[in-house]
Amino acid sequence: MSRPADNRAQFRPDDHPHEHFLLTTVVGSYPKPKWLNRADELVDDEDSKFDADDLEEAHDDACRLITNEHERAGLDTVVDGEMRRNEMVEFFAERIRGYEFNGPVKVWGHNYFDKPSVSAPVEYDEPWLVDEFEFTNNVASKPVKVPITGPYTLGNWAFNEAYDTEEELVYELADLVNIEIERLVEAGAKYIQIDEPALATTPDDHAIVGEALDRIVSGIPEDVRIGLHVCYGDYSRIYPELNDYPIDEFDLELCNGGYEQIDVFTEPEFVPDLALGVVDVHTAEIETVEEIKANIKQGLKVVPPERLTISPDCGVKLLPREIAYGKMANMVKATREVEAELDSGEIDLDEPLALAD
Amino acid sequence: MTERVATTTGLFPLPDPAKQRLSDLKGHQKHDLISGAESDIITSAYEEYRAEVLTEQQAAGLDRVVEGQLRWDDMLAHPLSTHENVDPNGIVRYYDNNNFYRDPRVNGELTFSGDVADELRAAADQIESPAESLQAVLPGPYSLFDLASDYHYGNEGDFFAAIADFLAGEVAAFPDHKTLVLHEPSLVENAPNEDQQAELAEMVDTVAGETDADVVVHTYFGALDEKTYAHLMDADVEALGFDLVAGDRAQTLSNITEFGTKDAALLGVADGQNTLVESAETLEERVEWFENQIPVQEFDRLYLSTNTEPFYLPVNKHRAKLEAIAGAAAAPEEEVTA
Repeated sequence: MSRPADNRAQFRPDDHPHEHFLLTTVVGSYPKPKWLNRADELVDDEDSKFDADDLEEAHDDACRLITNEHERAGLDTVVDGEMRRNEMVEFFAERIRGYEFNGPVKVWGHNYFDKPSVSAPVEYDEPWLVDEFEFTNNVASKPVKVPITGPYTLGNWAFNEAYDTEEELVYELADLVNIEIERLVEAGAKYIQIDEPALATTPDDHAIVGEALDRIVSGIPEDVRIGLHVCYGDYSRIYPELNDYPIDEFDLELCNGGYEQIDVFTEPEFVPDLALGVVDVHTAEIETVEEIKANIKQGLKVVPPERLTISPDCGVKLLPREIAYGKMANMVKATREVEAELDSGEIDLDEPLALAD
Repeated sequence: MTERVATTTGLFPLPDPAKQRLSDLKGHQKHDLISGAESDIITSAYEEYRAEVLTEQQAAGLDRVVEGQLRWDDMLAHPLSTHENVDPNGIVRYYDNNNFYRDPRVNGELTFSGDVADELRAAADQIESPAESLQAVLPGPYSLFDLASDYHYGNEGDFFAAIADFLAGEVAAFPDHKTLVLHEPSLVENAPNEDQQAELAEMVDTVAGETDADVVVHTYFGALDEKTYAHLMDADVEALGFDLVAGDRAQTLSNITEFGTKDAALLGVADGQNTLVESAETLEERVEWFENQIPVQEFDRLYLSTNTEPFYLPVNKHRAKLEAIAGAAAAPEEEVTA
């Protein structure tokens, strides 16, 4: 059962030019400016005067810059591009008691991951993201979305030494994510996205993710929008089960696969709102506005416009920065054009693509 | 009395300094990985790290030592990745793990390569009596067949046979070694169909027949289905290897009770995919548990190792596991001497 997804209107800008409103957003990560990577390295250099305070200032500057870049692209909701985060599991594992790091392990070739071990029961220590959110919220003029790595991924992408089953660990972590979201909501956050890429590789665990989500949203007010992002997998393995997830929005990566899987979601009826990836984060060419408009219309096959959110397929951190920006800007332009066509009745919602062709 | 042999499955994690250094020397992209034609500077870096892992195994007290398979960027697919008629193409998932390898597309005849033999020779040169302690490691014919893509042979039977012949050619070129371990996780993860089951023992024998060493066919990521096990038992090898960490151990025991097993066995007692280091006592308990479950069989020899390849582990935990395995293998002897 999906949460009542009537919490979208709060993100509609007061000066929105169209009757229709397709919420534009991003998944989270954004290319770091090169100087920030240098700064991250410099702080470890003993010969350098550059210290932790300087690095914090550099992170603040980068967060301002990327939040502003998202606003310039015209997005309705923004993120700081995850400038303060190194990796989606490591960042949280460093902040959760019970995790330890033993060294990098191979992913493929010479690509490594500092896979942590859960060597003791996990406990909530200090807030993970509240400072990050408060800073971004202060510098942003648009609503800020907060991406959080989900408990299934935090558990599945770690060595489990402390719990009898991974499931048990995941539920404990879900309770911690729930605490963190409560803190974020107290600080004013209205839009939270749970990232669960691990579900794509082990889709049979969809029920564990569902139970974890129940724990995550427990006690979270309904005006707080909760999204779930899952990327790169065979979605037919988790659909229609995901219709039972207690979320407002499900964020999908489908552009990369040319929307081959879009029909998976048309039968039975898609229950949460759909956040549709309309630009590919693995190609360094900026899609044209026309291409993106056609992609957006794919989403209209699944949900009506009032339940459609527009985003890139995934985090864009691996792209060159100007390409990432170009994709965001074209994505927003295409969305606004589709809204205008919806207002004027040019798009037939029963056959959104046929008419467009 | 049963001899206990402390060993490893091979495919080690790269020493930490090697991870960065080799990455800097080779690059990060898929075409930068090992092709079999690396530069002298890369070759000498691997030599250095090979010596390091050999010393480490000896220091840990292993009875068999491996070359480490540090060059195997593509894990078990490596012997094909380096072949001139193979195009290591897209990045694909390695079994059910969050690891990836380059899909080896076989585009032409699988002629002799000698890549693994060269590695083994380099290792043999660095230890005192390779004929007594060196353990060679290869993918088994079925797993390599399963991990590869055929763009040349045209039908599965011919491709399977070509892979077995290829591996046999490689083994024939090996220097003296005491043991050969053939990895066969695909027998568990993607069990052979009836035709392949029927050919399995013959394919294994094709490879095993090229060495005088003791041959172990090791299976992991779980238990074999009954039929696959029954066919594998027809292979003329010294030992089969079992994953005693995986949850379906009852199936393994049932296979052994039903169809028997060889006079020796390899027991994967330490978890190759979890950083929790089992003590030597815990590992010994697992060995004893196994022996107690099949009272009718007395083994001549039991090899003890991790269940899977250990490249999933960080280096410090891997080292600790090797020491615990050596401790567990030495335990009964110590009791006798005391």
